[in-house]
Amino acid sequence: MTAIWRGSGKIGTEHRWRLAGAGALLAVAVAFPLVFTNPAVSNYGVLTLVFVAAAVSWNIFSGYTGYISLGHAIFFGTGAYFTGVATKDWHVTGSDVFGLLPLAGVAAAIIAVPLGIVALRVRRHTFVVITIAFFFIFQLMAYNLPSLTQGTSGLLTPTINFDPTTFNNPFYYVALAVAVCMIVLSWLIRRSRFGLQLRAIKDDEDRARGLGVRPMRVKLSAFVISAVPMALLGGLWWYYIGIVDPSSGFDPLFDVAVALMAFLGGLGTVSGPVLGALILEPAQLYFTQQVTSGYVYLILYGALFLVVILMLPRGIIPTGAELITGWRERRARSANPPPPGQPASSAAGRLSGRESGATRELA
Amino acid sequence: MTALLRTEAVSKAFGGVHALSEASIEVTEGSITGLIGPNGSGKTTLFNVITGYERADSGQVYLGGQVITNAKPERVFALGIGRTFQLTRIFPSMTVLENMLIAARHHERSRNPLARMGAPARRHAMELLDFTGLAGHAGALAQSLSYGQRKLLELAYVLVADPAIVLLDEPAGGVNPTLINQIAARVKDLNATGKTFLIVEHNMDFVMGLCGQVTVLDHGTVIASGPPEAIRRDALVLDAYLGVAEDGHGDQ
Repeated sequence: MTAIWRGSGKIGTEHRWRLAGAGALLAVAVAFPLVFTNPAVSNYGVLTLVFVAAAVSWNIFSGYTGYISLGHAIFFGTGAYFTGVATKDWHVTGSDVFGLLPLAGVAAAIIAVPLGIVALRVRRHTFVVITIAFFFIFQLMAYNLPSLTQGTSGLLTPTINFDPTTFNNPFYYVALAVAVCMIVLSWLIRRSRFGLQLRAIKDDEDRARGLGVRPMRVKLSAFVISAVPMALLGGLWWYYIGIVDPSSGFDPLFDVAVALMAFLGGLGTVSGPVLGALILEPAQLYFTQQVTSGYVYLILYGALFLVVILMLPRGIIPTGAELITGWRERRARSANPPPPGQPASSAAGRLSGRESGATRELA
Repeated sequence: MTALLRTEAVSKAFGGVHALSEASIEVTEGSITGLIGPNGSGKTTLFNVITGYERADSGQVYLGGQVITNAKPERVFALGIGRTFQLTRIFPSMTVLENMLIAARHHERSRNPLARMGAPARRHAMELLDFTGLAGHAGALAQSLSYGQRKLLELAYVLVADPAIVLLDEPAGGVNPTLINQIAARVKDLNATGKTFLIVEHNMDFVMGLCGQVTVLDHGTVIASGPPEAIRRDALVLDAYLGVAEDGHGDQ
């Protein structure tokens, strides 16, 4: 029966290669700040890991269900402000602030439930618009509740007396822990019954209902699961950056960035959002540093979004996997009797297959 | 013989169009019942009302002794009514086996929602794929299946949850003759094991060869019900199909 999936035995080796790859990546990630001790470099590491974790979390909801949320910055900002206000009010200092992050997650979950119940009643474009509307409500609240948020002057962190040479490391490893947990969770969900239901909703929600899937329950669970880590990351980010104001905590570009990372790497895959964040966040940091006008990267973002949607609508991971499979097939065929003459037809077949996939993804 | 599924004077209007006018049908437990009628006579609307995809304006739907009128689709399915759609609906970006596992919860003992689908669920899914001749495609994306294969897949994944009754909406529509025979044979096999079917179909050979009971809808109303031989000779049915006395019973 294993032969059904692919050449028997092959799946074992492929699986092992994947595990080895993930292990190597993790080892590199753990060693990174120990090797690159320059804070300017490990700064890239911290912010990139924040976005890896954010993109993976966003993908658990939006990637698996196909409900594109452009409002997850709500939870990021809520996490930042929650941690900020709690730190101030409860006089928390030093690394104890990290202990507040799970509480920020709980706060995000409490907010996500009613937002989800309202927004998830509608689909597709209407859903996207509602998430954007919610987002601006939260940003306006941050501007207009100065007693809580300090308005435009922003909430500052207390003085942090970490050793300046290794200042970035605690932030780096907390971000790495969140990222690893979310990647593992994303992988577990994708292969579980819950994940099957999420993907069934993406393909045909009404049909899925006729197979016993309770869509609101399933969608809302995924929405809350993806909101919680956003708040953890928001709190961590606030403590790292040192200040949050309404425009940086509730930043519309956060949502665009996270969505673009998932689209670029492969929406609905486990590794796609990781890859997308690993490419885009360092690139963005680099451009912001190199080009004094900080808005050049926005133009690049827009252009990249267009390129991804038009040329790589399924993202790097799915398209890359297809190319590799095609290459393997060709090699297997050229190694065995039926010699040349076939490439043209097989390429055409793959192309049409890809096109049908592309149209689906856009639909 | 008891009625497993029954509708009682179900009406449904879309604006001014009366899709169903007091339609009452009965499906005997263990039977294969056909539901026929000219285009626009309300067959699919009746399916939609039974399975919760449309709300009835009035009337009742019973499963066994239980009233299930206007229950949500997921609840109707959980109660034991599975259905297929006229325009086949599968989950194209998932593999054939994954399609099969969406409804597979009766075989899932684990309470942990993150648990992978267990071996019994997978085995049962593979058995049903074997039964429908799709086992060789288990690992392929469902979008790679032909139209006829999609019909078989839709039947197979509905069967995964072992519903008491299966509603098939045009199972033979747009399918080649070989596959039509294959679908008919599978329905017969399943019926022999006690499964009840209600089938909407335009292919009269298919209906007359398979169904023990046939109910005829016209303009949203049941105009005849009985064994196929009687239906073939029924004057009202012939009128409805050939349009001889169209004006005679067009209202209500």
